Amino acid sequence: MLSPVNVSIESLNLMTLVPMLIPIVGALLILVIDLFKSEQDRSLYVMLSLLILGVDFISLMDSASVFHKNGTIMGVFDVMLIDGLAILSQFIIVGASMLFIPLALTHKRFHEFSYPEFFALFLFMIAGFQFMVATDNLILIFVGLETASLALYTLIAMHNRDKSFEAAVKYFTMGALAAGFFSFGSMIFYALTGSVEINQIAEVLSANKYADIGFVLVGVVFLLASFGFKLSIVPFHTWTPDVYEGSSAALAGYMSIVPKIAAFIVAMRIFEFLIHSGVVWLEVILYIFVVMTMTLANVWALVQTDVKRMLAYSSISHAGFVMAAILIGTTQSNSALFLYWILFSFTNLGSFSMLWISRQKNLPAHQQSDHSYNKFAGMIKTAPVAASIMALFMLSLAGLPPFGLFWGKMYMVSSAITSGYTVLALIMVLNSAIAGYYYLKLIVYMFMREPIMEDSGHIYSANATLPLKTIIGIAAIGTIFAFLAINQLLEFITMFVYNSGY
Amino acid sequence: MLDHILSILIFFPALAAMLGFVVHKDSMRSYGVAVATIEFALSLWLWFAFDSTVSGMQFMEQIALVPTFGINYIVGVDGISLFIVILASFFTMIGIASLGETKDIKNLIITLLFLQMTMAGVFSALDAIVFYVFWELSLVPMLYIIGAWGGPLRIYASVKFFLYTFAGSLVMLVGMLFMAYFYFQATGEWSFAILDWYRLILPESFQLWLFAAFFMGFAIKVPMFPFHTWLPYAHGQAPTIGSVILAAILLKMGTYAFIRFSLPLFPDASVYFMFPIAILAIIMIIYTAMVAYAQKDIKQVVAYSSVSHMGVIILGTFALNVEGITGSIFLMIAHGVVSGALFFLVGVIYDRRHTKYMSEFGGLAHVMPRYATIFGLMMMASVGLPLTINFVGEFLSLLGFYKQSHILTLLAGTAIIVGAIYMLAAYKKMFFGVVTKEENKNLPDVNKRELIALIPLAIITVWLGIYPKPVLGTINTSVESVVSLMHEKAQTQEAKSRIPNIAKEASAAKNSVEEAH
Repeated sequence: MLSPVNVSIESLNLMTLVPMLIPIVGALLILVIDLFKSEQDRSLYVMLSLLILGVDFISLMDSASVFHKNGTIMGVFDVMLIDGLAILSQFIIVGASMLFIPLALTHKRFHEFSYPEFFALFLFMIAGFQFMVATDNLILIFVGLETASLALYTLIAMHNRDKSFEAAVKYFTMGALAAGFFSFGSMIFYALTGSVEINQIAEVLSANKYADIGFVLVGVVFLLASFGFKLSIVPFHTWTPDVYEGSSAALAGYMSIVPKIAAFIVAMRIFEFLIHSGVVWLEVILYIFVVMTMTLANVWALVQTDVKRMLAYSSISHAGFVMAAILIGTTQSNSALFLYWILFSFTNLGSFSMLWISRQKNLPAHQQSDHSYNKFAGMIKTAPVAASIMALFMLSLAGLPPFGLFWGKMYMVSSAITSGYTVLALIMVLNSAIAGYYYLKLIVYMFMREPIMEDSGHIYSANATLPLKTIIGIAAIGTIFAFLAINQLLEFITMFVYNSGY
Repeated sequence: MLDHILSILIFFPALAAMLGFVVHKDSMRSYGVAVATIEFALSLWLWFAFDSTVSGMQFMEQIALVPTFGINYIVGVDGISLFIVILASFFTMIGIASLGETKDIKNLIITLLFLQMTMAGVFSALDAIVFYVFWELSLVPMLYIIGAWGGPLRIYASVKFFLYTFAGSLVMLVGMLFMAYFYFQATGEWSFAILDWYRLILPESFQLWLFAAFFMGFAIKVPMFPFHTWLPYAHGQAPTIGSVILAAILLKMGTYAFIRFSLPLFPDASVYFMFPIAILAIIMIIYTAMVAYAQKDIKQVVAYSSVSHMGVIILGTFALNVEGITGSIFLMIAHGVVSGALFFLVGVIYDRRHTKYMSEFGGLAHVMPRYATIFGLMMMASVGLPLTINFVGEFLSLLGFYKQSHILTLLAGTAIIVGAIYMLAAYKKMFFGVVTKEENKNLPDVNKRELIALIPLAIITVWLGIYPKPVLGTINTSVESVVSLMHEKAQTQEAKSRIPNIAKEASAAKNSVEEAH
C-alpha cells in the first residue's frame, strides 16, 4: 500500500508554473471559443493571443522581480528552476512571439490563419518552450521540447503548399531523430549518475572525478547531435533551408529565433559544466562546430538565389556565432549571447517580415521562387521606404554600426578576447566580413539595379496592413536606436546571468 | 553653442538630410547648397574659435553611451583634425554646388549630406567605438554613390570597395577590443576613450600585434600597397563627386587614424615597423607612379597619382618627428585640395565628351583656355612645384624622413620626378598640339557652375603654397605634443633615439641662444 505523500502546498512553489500555465489556459480558451461559436474572424484570435502573451509577459516581469530579490527559485518538487537564464530567455520567447503573432493579419488571406487551432497550437508551443528553459530536469526538458516541436511541425504544415508539407515532414523526421538522440544521451547520464537533474549530474560526475569518461563522452555525443539538429549546427543543418523555404516567411523568421534560444539555454546548462570540468575533447569539438557553422553556412549563403534561403543560411551562421558563447563560457559571453539574441530577434524578425509583406498568393510565371533576388531589383525606384527599411535590416545583420546587431557582435567578440580565444575572435570577425557580401548583394539589387518587375512597387507591400507595418516599424526602431538601450540591457542581462551562476 | 559645436557639425547635416526627403526635387539643389554652406560656415567658426596655442583637445563633449562597457560619446578637435574637418565640409559644399545634371539628384544630395555627417564624425571622435561607428558608416553612402551613379562596372567596384574596407576594419575592431581589455586589466575599468588609452604603456610584444591589427584597417583605407587594388576600380567607376570626396576626404581617414591611433598608442611598434612601412610607402610611390604613366585613361592617371602621393603622406607620418608628421598632415590637406580639384577637372571634360581616354583629346588648350589654365595649375601643384600647396607638405614630409634615412628619402625624391613625367606627359597629350578630333573643336569652356568649385580650390592652392603659416602653426603645436607623448612612452632604446625628445631640443635651442649672447 502506498503511504500518503505529505507535502505542504507552500513548498511546492506553484507560482513558478504560472508563466507556463498562462499560454496553456489561453490556448484552451481559444479552443473553447471555437467550440461554442466557430467561424470567427482571425483578428479575434490574434488579439486574444496577443493579450494572453501580454499577461504572460507581465507574470514574467513579476518572477523577474522575485528573482531579483531572492535569487534562484525551485518549485514543484524541485523540477522547476527559475533562474536568470530562464527568465531572460522567456522574455525573449514571449517578446518575440508578441512581435510575431500580429503578422497573421495580412492583407491577403492565407490558409493557416483561418483556423483557430493555429493560434491554440502556437500558444501550446510557447508553453513548451517556456517549460524547456525553466527547468533543470532532463525529462521535463524533453517534454517541453516535444510539446513545442510537435506544435511547430503542425504550424508549418498548415501553410498548405506542397513545399510546406515537405518541410513539415522533413522537420518532423529530423526532430524525431533529435528527440531520440536526446533521450539516449539523457539515459546514459542517468545510468552514470542516477539522476536526471543537470546540477545533480554535474555534482556526481565531479565527485567521482569523471571516472567513466568514456560513457560521459558517449552521452555528450548524443546530446551534442540532438542540439546540433535543434540549433542547426553544421553538419546537422541540412533540414534548415528547406524547412525555412517551405514555411511562411513570418514563421521562418520566428523559427530562426525562438526555438533556438530555448535550445541555447538547455545547451548552456548542459555543456557549460562539462566544458568547465575540463573535458578537453568537448571543447575541441565545440570549437570545430562553431567555426564550421559560422564559415560553411556563410559560404553556402553566398551562392543562394533566393533571399529567404539566403536568410536561412545566414541565421545558421548567426547561430554558430552565438554558439561561441557557450564554448567560451564566461559571464560576459553568456550575457553577450542574450544581448545578441535580443538584438537579433528584432532585426531578423524585421527582415523576414519584410519578405512576408511582399508575399504573393500565387507565383507569377517568370519567378522561380517566392523571394528571388530579381524580385527586389530596383526596389528603391518603386518602393523607396520599403527598400530603405530592408537595407537597414541587412546592414544590421552584417554588423554595421551603429545598428542593433553590431553591439551584440562587438560584445561577443570582446568576450572571446577577454577569455583568450583570440583566433576565434578573428575567425568571428572575418566571417562577418564574408557575410557582408551576401547582405550587400540584396542591397545591390535593391538600390543599384533597374527594376525588372513591371509592377509599380505595390508588390513589395502587397500584404501590408497596419498591424504588419507596426511590427516592422517596431523592429526598425529597435534596430536603429538600439545604441540607446544597450547600457540598460547589458546591466540587466549581466545581473541576471551573473546571479544565476553562469 | 560653442560648447556643442562639434555635435552640431556632425548631426546638423544628418538632420538636414532627413528633412531633405520632404523637399521637392526641383529645389533640392538649392537646399543642399544652403545646408552645406551653413555647415561650412560652422566649421569656419570652429577654426575662428579654435585656440591655436593649445596643443590638447578643444571643444570636448562627453555623453555616456554604454558606460558599463566604457563606451562614451566623446568628441573633440585638436590641430591635427581641425583642418580636415574644415576641408570635409568645404568639399561637401563645393561638391554639391557644382553638381552637374544627374539622375536622382535628390537622393544624391541626401547621400552626400549623410556622408558629411560620417566624415565630421570620424575626424572628431575621441572614443574608439564612436570612431569605428562613423568609420564604418561612411562606407554606406559611398557604396551607394558609386553603385548607383557610377560607370558600367559600378556594382563590382562598389562592392569591392565596401568589402575590402569592411574586412580590414573588422580586424581593427578586434584590435580596439583588445586595447580596451588591456585597459581593463590595467585599471579595472572598461574604457574606449582614446585619451585614456594614451596613458597606457604596453609591453612591446603586445604593441606589435595591436599595431598590426590597426594597420590592417588603416592601410586598406589609405590604401597602401599591396592593399590598393580596390581604389582604381572605385575611382574608375565612381561619378565625379564620388571620386572627389573619396580622394579628398575618405582616404585621409586612414592616414589620420595612423596619427591618432597607431603612433601615440604604440610608439615602440611604430619604430619597429618604421622601415618596413617606409619601404611599402616607397614602393607605393614609385610603383603607382609608373602604373600611372602607363594609363590611357586620364581619370586613372589622376587616381594612381593620388595613391602615389598618399605614399608620401605615409612616409612623413612614419618619420616620427615633428617635421615629418606636421608635413604629412599638411600634405593630407594639400592632397585633398589638389587631387579633389583634379578629379573635378576630369569630371568637367567627361561631362562634355563622355570619354576619359587621353587619345580622344589633344589641343584642348586652344579650345578651352580657362580649363587648360586651371588644369595646368593643379597639375603643377600635384607635381610639387614650389609655391604651390603640395610642395610645402611634400618638402616637410621628406625633410622629416631624411632625418631617419637618407637613402630611402632619396628614393622617394626620385619618385616625385617620375610624378612630373607622367603628369606632364598626360598634360601634353591632352592640351597641346593641334585639335585632331572633330568633336573637340567646339567644346565649351568651363562654365560658372564648375568655376564655383575650381576657383576656390585654385586660390587655396596658391595661397597656402605661398603662406602656409596659419595652418602649419596650428598643426605644429598639436604634433609637438604627440611626439613628446611618444617619446615619453617609448620603452626601447631604439625608440627613444628615433623619436626626438622635444623638451630637450627646446632647452638645447634655448641654451645655444644664450651662449650666443
